[in-house]
Amino acid sequence: MKRSSHAMRSLFLIHLPVLLIVLFAIGPYIWSLISSITPEGAIARGGVRYFPEEPTLENYRRLFARIHFADNIFDSMVVATLSMLFGLSVSVPASYSFSRFRFRGRRVLLLQFLVINMFPVVLLLIPLFVIMSRTGLMDTYFALVFAYATFTIPFSTWMMTSFFNAIPRELDEQAQIDGCTQLAAMMRVIVPIAMPGITATGIYIFITGWNEFVFASVLTGSRVTTIPIALQNMVGEFQIAWGLLTAGGVISAIPVIVLFFFVQKQLISGMTAGAVKG
Amino acid sequence: MKRSGHRANLYPYALLSPAMLATVCIVLIPMLYTVSLSFMNHVLWRPQDMGFVGLANYARALQDEVFAISFRNTITWVAGVIGLQLILGFATALLLNRDFWWRGLARSLILIPWVTPSVITALMWRWMYDGNSGVINDILVRLGVIERYIPWLALSETSLPAVMIALMWQGFPFFAVMILAGLQAIPTDLYEVADVDGANIFQKFFRITLPMITPILFTTILLRTIWVANSLDIIFIMTGGGPGYASYTLPLFAYIRAYQGLDFGYASTIAVYLTLLLVTIVAVYVVRVLRSEDAMR
Repeated sequence: MKRSSHAMRSLFLIHLPVLLIVLFAIGPYIWSLISSITPEGAIARGGVRYFPEEPTLENYRRLFARIHFADNIFDSMVVATLSMLFGLSVSVPASYSFSRFRFRGRRVLLLQFLVINMFPVVLLLIPLFVIMSRTGLMDTYFALVFAYATFTIPFSTWMMTSFFNAIPRELDEQAQIDGCTQLAAMMRVIVPIAMPGITATGIYIFITGWNEFVFASVLTGSRVTTIPIALQNMVGEFQIAWGLLTAGGVISAIPVIVLFFFVQKQLISGMTAGAVKG
Repeated sequence: MKRSGHRANLYPYALLSPAMLATVCIVLIPMLYTVSLSFMNHVLWRPQDMGFVGLANYARALQDEVFAISFRNTITWVAGVIGLQLILGFATALLLNRDFWWRGLARSLILIPWVTPSVITALMWRWMYDGNSGVINDILVRLGVIERYIPWLALSETSLPAVMIALMWQGFPFFAVMILAGLQAIPTDLYEVADVDGANIFQKFFRITLPMITPILFTTILLRTIWVANSLDIIFIMTGGGPGYASYTLPLFAYIRAYQGLDFGYASTIAVYLTLLLVTIVAVYVVRVLRSEDAMR
């Protein structure tokens, strides 16, 4: 008797509320998935169908055959990968320096990385547009790689400084006693140990580059068209092909969700570490 | 000996130099350029009128009705979105802090909105709000909440709240994760002592849980306020600011002035106003970080 009332309580106080929140979280995806396998004709007739009468993969086929979505995936892949490589190669040494050395100006410089991350994107939009036009980088991969570096460098530097801080300094000293130079100690001893954190940060940069819309809309659009821009371009003035659009949305969200699940533990611990103490 | 000491002094700066160089070139100098543009008349398609105009753009903004609407909407937007995300995120964190067999799965699924690209968030919600085939209309009609379909994004009373719910969806997992980390850091013996003293569930919540996570709540709210105040992609894709100016916010206004109006001078001024609005919040956050972060010592 007591046991079953306990089960009822946990059903209403835990399981049902959590289920509702989970449904809210994934509901939009479920609905997009349904729409993406509904024939375009059925959607155009209006009304809401939870179980399409003739489920079809036609929308996915058209996405690649007619809209050249594969080109957009390629562009997004290149931009996200280059952003990740550029961001990491600049911020790994910087965060190692912040973590391992105490030097004049350190606090100000570290703080500066925190503060610039909080300035409005619109503050950078116009000057970057001007710079890219003058240097002829407009509508190239590099325009986006540099634009994304404006927020990925400060963010990754902060994030990785906390990862490096978690590695005992004795390891550096030991490596130097064993005859490594400072650079070799960093590259051969500390960086490998910090690899999970560096990977998580790299994947975070990749995801950000994959998802970004505002800079991409201003700095690219014809020769280079990343997925977010391609999806937005599918939104016509009057008629929107929702079957096609939801298919594109599902396809492009899957890689980031999968990547994120590989690194969620690292990322969340990196993000919450400072805040919990605060 | 002396030589190696000298090298040790320069070494940290050498490691920092690429990051610093990049930051100066693509962030600091561009920002100063924007500030300087805000004092100029700089409309791309009217090159003959370009030039220094002092504070004219700033004065123009204060007279501009669209600026006033955008300003009010920005306040509504931030307060509403943060409030919604906080409530749902808090509830989620409290639930996920309980022990049940599918907690790990639930936690992973709840994080999905947070990694969803803004464009996809915006398009999925736009489709769900659709006035003819929107699933939200269908559900609300079935539940008897509304009588007939409503074109949520096309009405000036509902467009901004509708977009706010989409942003709540995308952002509440962040609150949940942060608050959950705070809850898990509370020592369990505090609750055990309270149990011995015969405290009820509300006393435990208001005397132990809430005070213990107040710092993390505050930090999270500051961080999210800055982020939400700056975000414009979801509004742009869902409503474009419309109908009329009903869902204009300051960053969206600046973006549209720059991108569609090519009015770089005035757009820069709006961006600077937005920055000034955020400066106090950033300052409060920075002071907190300075006090708490080990890395700053």
